[in-house]
Amino acid sequence: MYVAVKGGERAIDNAHAWLAEERRGDTGVAELSIAQIREQLALAVNRVMAEGSLYDPDLAALAIKQSRGDLIEAIFLIRAYRTTLPRIGNSNPVDTGAMACDRRISATFKDAPGGQVLGPTFDYTHRLLDFKLAAEGEVPAAPTTDPRRDPTPHITEFLNRDGLIETDTPDDSTPPDLTREPLEFPANRALRLQSLTRGDEGFVLGMAYSTQRGYGRNHPFVGEMRVGRVAVEMDIPELGFAIEIGEVQLTECETVNQFTGSKTEPPQFTRGYGLTFGHCERKAISMALVDRALRWEELGEDNVGAPAQDEEFVLSHSDNIQATGFLEHIKLPHYVDFQSELELVRKLRAEVAASTRQEAAE
Amino acid sequence: MGLLAKAPAEAVARYWSALDRAPAFEWLRRPEVGGVMVRGRMGGTGAAFNMGEMTVTRCTLKLGAGGAVGHAYVQGRDKAKAEQAALIDALMQTDAAADVQARVLRPLAGELTAARDTRAAKAAATKVEFFTMVRGED
Repeated sequence: MYVAVKGGERAIDNAHAWLAEERRGDTGVAELSIAQIREQLALAVNRVMAEGSLYDPDLAALAIKQSRGDLIEAIFLIRAYRTTLPRIGNSNPVDTGAMACDRRISATFKDAPGGQVLGPTFDYTHRLLDFKLAAEGEVPAAPTTDPRRDPTPHITEFLNRDGLIETDTPDDSTPPDLTREPLEFPANRALRLQSLTRGDEGFVLGMAYSTQRGYGRNHPFVGEMRVGRVAVEMDIPELGFAIEIGEVQLTECETVNQFTGSKTEPPQFTRGYGLTFGHCERKAISMALVDRALRWEELGEDNVGAPAQDEEFVLSHSDNIQATGFLEHIKLPHYVDFQSELELVRKLRAEVAASTRQEAAE
Repeated sequence: MGLLAKAPAEAVARYWSALDRAPAFEWLRRPEVGGVMVRGRMGGTGAAFNMGEMTVTRCTLKLGAGGAVGHAYVQGRDKAKAEQAALIDALMQTDAAADVQARVLRPLAGELTAARDTRAAKAAATKVEFFTMVRGED
């Protein structure tokens, strides 16, 4: 028998009204504007864009405001909105070599052409709370010097010249899209990268950290990390050529990993790759490490059974919206499910009690 | 068109209203907000993969006088910006082209270059200058 139970509309409406009031907080404190969130909580906005899989800073800021700062809830809102957008087309692959870099560092080559450009970084700060920020005040202007206008070359190009590192040759065939086709295994590298770039930062970080601690170690160096803006180009059918349709901020991380060679390949360095929307360094590095760990099979390495080598495990659990959807649904009413469990436990207990009585009687 | 796509809506509106031209037009495609899937390349140079979408607004219109067709594909969800960009694109095919070039596109390009140079100048100031401590006798 299935009994549908209705009710709770008034309670739900009132709960949502109270939520709106709590979201606003003390009305004696000035309300946050979308522009304030976009400009002053930019890294939260970037994370919501990267994992929400939609580049639109104003929408991400709105989602953060609506979700009271719960970033996974904000990502959920962005994912839901994204599904309502008609797909206008696909961009040409962005040229990160032409990036206008705010930041570009290499942990492997001190004298990289283009230099070590630190950009606006938390690195080398002392991680001491700055109480000056609690008081209102003007920020002194950042120092400037002659700007570099030439493109900054990728570091791996220099290793490539000597054949010391595997090459990634251009291939413009249409990549699979997990927002259109459900993810199936084995996934190819394009699908893995799409899945990782929208994956939960905490989960991808944990997986990457596990490889560093020895679960599928792959000896990474950050060959290069760059943060900056790149133009997005798309072929326009009515024009018959490609135009720039916008500009996005990206974080790119290339790792250089040890590789001893295999039956078919001479010893050379291998590569892991991370690319995210916005300024998301931790995520980009983590993505590169996990990408490299998942490549064990194509590189002829041993599967040592490490979690980060298990593509089905990693890709099936990296999406925080899928995860939280399934996890949080268990707090919603399961009265009927639970009732049947209760009946079952009572029946089993009654049987046990009956057999115990029978044994005692014998 | 690339310039108009990347420029802030506020700047496009400012130069458009300063141009003080409001040609009659008809819509061939009204402004429509959609998503474009942005692709990257493995290792920066290799095979393509899908990263995520960006919001884009597109529209197409035809000028009443002369019938020049203007297209716009602009980043974001600002329909007014898309309309202005399509009008500018259409006007660039008329004898107003030189005026639009001089009073909209050139100053807009100048603003974008200046903004880009400002960031590049700040980045350049954070470039590390290594120095080596000389040790020993030789």
